[in-house]
Amino acid sequence: MSEFAVELQDVVKRFPTPEGGEVLAVDHVTMQIKNGEFFSMLGSSGCGKTTSLRMVAGFEWPTSGEVYIEGIAQGHTPPFKRPVNTVFQSYALFQHMTVFQNVAFGLEMDGAGKDEIKKRVARALEMVQLTGMDRRYPRQLSGGQQQRVALARAIVKTPDVLLLDEPLGALDLKLRKEMQLELKALQQKLGITFVYVTHDQEEALTMSDRIAVMSQGKVLQMGSPVEIYERPNCKFVADFIGTSNFLEGTVKSLEKGMANVFIPAFNTEIKGIVSGEVSVGETVAVSVRPEKIRLADKAVLNQNCFEGTIDLVTYIGSDTHLYVGLNGMKLKVWEQNKISSLDPTAYYTVGQKVWLALFPENTLVMASE
Amino acid sequence: MNPYKRSPFIKVATVLVYFFLYAPIIGLIVFAFNSSRTNVFFGGFITQWGPLQMEGSTVVQSPCGPFHWFCDLTQNREVMSATKNTLTIALISTISATVIGTMAALALQRYNFKLKGFSQLSLYIPIVIPEIVMGIGILVLFSQAFNFLNSSLGLLGDSRLTLGLPTVIVSHIAFSIPFVTLVVQARLQGFDKSFEEAAMDLGANELVTFWRVTFPMILPGVLSGALLAFTLSLDDFVITFFTTGPGATTLPIYVYGLLRRIITPQVNALSTVWVLVVVAIVFLLQRIQSRET
Amino acid sequence: MLKRLRENKSSQGTLLITPTLIFMVGLLIIPLLLTLIISFGRRSADGNVIYTFGLHNYIRILGISTACEGGQSLCFDPLYANILRRSLALAFNSTVLVILLAYPLAYFIARAHPKRRNTFLFMVLVPLWTNFVIRVYAWMMLLRTQGVINSVLGWLAGLVGIPFAPFEMLYTPGAVLVGMVYEFLPFMILPIFTSLEKIDNSLYEAAADLGANPIRTFLRVTLPLSMPGVVAGTILVFIPVMGTFIVSDLLGGRQVILIGNLIQRQFLDARDPTFGSAASLILMAMTLIVTFFYTRKFGFGEEIVAA
Repeated sequence: MSEFAVELQDVVKRFPTPEGGEVLAVDHVTMQIKNGEFFSMLGSSGCGKTTSLRMVAGFEWPTSGEVYIEGIAQGHTPPFKRPVNTVFQSYALFQHMTVFQNVAFGLEMDGAGKDEIKKRVARALEMVQLTGMDRRYPRQLSGGQQQRVALARAIVKTPDVLLLDEPLGALDLKLRKEMQLELKALQQKLGITFVYVTHDQEEALTMSDRIAVMSQGKVLQMGSPVEIYERPNCKFVADFIGTSNFLEGTVKSLEKGMANVFIPAFNTEIKGIVSGEVSVGETVAVSVRPEKIRLADKAVLNQNCFEGTIDLVTYIGSDTHLYVGLNGMKLKVWEQNKISSLDPTAYYTVGQKVWLALFPENTLVMASE
Repeated sequence: MNPYKRSPFIKVATVLVYFFLYAPIIGLIVFAFNSSRTNVFFGGFITQWGPLQMEGSTVVQSPCGPFHWFCDLTQNREVMSATKNTLTIALISTISATVIGTMAALALQRYNFKLKGFSQLSLYIPIVIPEIVMGIGILVLFSQAFNFLNSSLGLLGDSRLTLGLPTVIVSHIAFSIPFVTLVVQARLQGFDKSFEEAAMDLGANELVTFWRVTFPMILPGVLSGALLAFTLSLDDFVITFFTTGPGATTLPIYVYGLLRRIITPQVNALSTVWVLVVVAIVFLLQRIQSRET
Repeated sequence: MLKRLRENKSSQGTLLITPTLIFMVGLLIIPLLLTLIISFGRRSADGNVIYTFGLHNYIRILGISTACEGGQSLCFDPLYANILRRSLALAFNSTVLVILLAYPLAYFIARAHPKRRNTFLFMVLVPLWTNFVIRVYAWMMLLRTQGVINSVLGWLAGLVGIPFAPFEMLYTPGAVLVGMVYEFLPFMILPIFTSLEKIDNSLYEAAADLGANPIRTFLRVTLPLSMPGVVAGTILVFIPVMGTFIVSDLLGGRQVILIGNLIQRQFLDARDPTFGSAASLILMAMTLIVTFFYTRKFGFGEEIVAA
């Protein structure tokens, strides 16, 4: 067994447009997905994540580069000869077949015996908690149940790799949260590699062992959820994953993984951790997550500390979201409501002066592109 | 709220238009039971069962009672042979046009190829040109081609190529294909490609995918296309008129021939049977379509 | 071989379309071209075609004659031009009448309860699919001097004691018009219904909410939104009315000769296929021109397929 379940090596995919031109859907993507890993490709629509997945499934072939599954180059192998199965965004359940027939379809194609098919279908349906539904037709099922049938149909063949193309996109929020946990549990139970495509960053953070953030056909960053959230390597990733405040500046000096950045808007220097790669003199983005800014009534730091005025206060229950204006900029600050109080003075009010402390260890300096 | 829903004008107009649509058909059916042979006026129903008895041109008693003209119809050899021709033509042309048209619909909906635009456009020709123009064109083609072949091959007498069942069938296939294609194409538009991808993903090759997944899913569309082709063929007069030859008379052609000569209630009986068959087919078509949605 | 076909999507498509193309080219396009070629030819003594090139058939249809009374070299013979004009006028009148009859019915069906809508539609389809020739025959029976209409009228007149002389209705231009309207009415109802059905109820509510009375709602909302259906229906009615010869043949007798009858006779009785071909192409040109300008002005969409 190869170390990597799936490997994309310098894969490029171009599509012809109806006007006779070409679009570059996947732009020199290289990624390695380890065996047994829950791997997510995350990005907004058109970023190339679905095309990459479809090339692993065999629905598309790379224009150049190569896709390896279990170490074997796939070339133009058709989908029905690849050891992977797919859960489709639209489920793609065969409407004219019962649940049983849908799930049995893949086994039938492999020429499995009747008894074996019965046994394995029953086990797969049990795994997705659909026992007893095998005689129903897809249209007689709820969206969540259809989703489970699609899942059962894909796992019944025990593929090396399960490909999931936004499988939860059509479900409502509550069901989606439930299914996220279930999918994760299922993956651990089966021990097979999941490659998951989603545009929902929270979903990717919740389930994945590793995430590849993609944009415009390229992989921007690959890493664990913590790495992606805490050390985004560029402004795009920091902006796409979670919420961030950005300040623009120029790197003045670098030492031991820290950078001093001159911020023209503040006419002063800020110190922060270098995230990704930056060099002296480069124009960079300084990113601070709103929950990591400390509010105080006086300057608590010698550096990285500024006085501002509260512009907007939004109470959202667990947190209070504030906009603090300083030097013509607005910074988002999220304060957790740690004390239960009905007294209005216990909360910040508009027009109040506050000090913002941007601790250097919470401040990230990264490439602005 | 809908300001028009209860407008009496719409209701009265609707009743009148439906009356206009149905009065001739009902009249036609009533006269199929006419006791008067000349069929000029309604002489009342034939009420007595028994051996055929006539008084002048009025049928007083018949073995089939009021259904005298329907029984009479089955005795008419010309009607029977025209029925046979009509059904033969309709069946062969429907099957051929359905297969060919479905293939074309798949090609146009799924693939890109060189002559795609031209192919799609050519399907609209029979819709935007009058039927008679198409009929004349095919007649000219066959007669010129047959003239040329007969003289260059030196064919004489019975071996000469003439218009007949084959020419009618080929022409019916030609005008049915666009309708089948357009109907199946419309159904395919809502057909997500991921169904086929799912089948392939699960290990089915292209052929298995087609027979197990694609075909069953587009079957309602194919069936309504086939029924449409069948009714078009049954119903066709103009194209058949120009491409038919001796021994290949269809029912509409036969009826047309009768109308220019003498009319007996037999024609009404034939029409009544026709209407009933059509009602059945249309009903079936509607059921298929409503089951689909 | 199979592998190459599998990887080449374009040749798969070509393979699937080929039979259709053979039929479309062989039995539509080549015949039309052949008709064009023949229309320039001459009729031989035995009714066959002599392939030459001349515009004489077209000149003859347009009414420019060289065999004139009074010794002129050129004069206008209105025989065929009148036929063309009559056909156009009849097609126009029938279409307008059909729209007037079809619209209320289509509107009624579109606004009916969804459960009953299919039944009402079904009731439109039955006459549509009843054979064309049979439907003409039905009108022959109604319109004859001793036919159903005259009998009913005579009976009514007898009841109130008015002397009654049967109307001569069959074999008149009016009979042809009624026959045409009857034959093609369903072709207008279906597309108008399709476009009316698409109009969301909230649009009527919005119009009412914004203060439009029913008549203004109809003129400003319903009618414009249903125009694609009317346009599609017009094409589906106008084209066949122009080309039909059975209706005029059976209901008009020798009184009403349309371009369809003219063409038919050239291929049967008169046996001048070259002149018939020219007339056929003129008919096609006329319908294409009308269709082109009409659709360019209004445009039409899927409604035409719906019927």
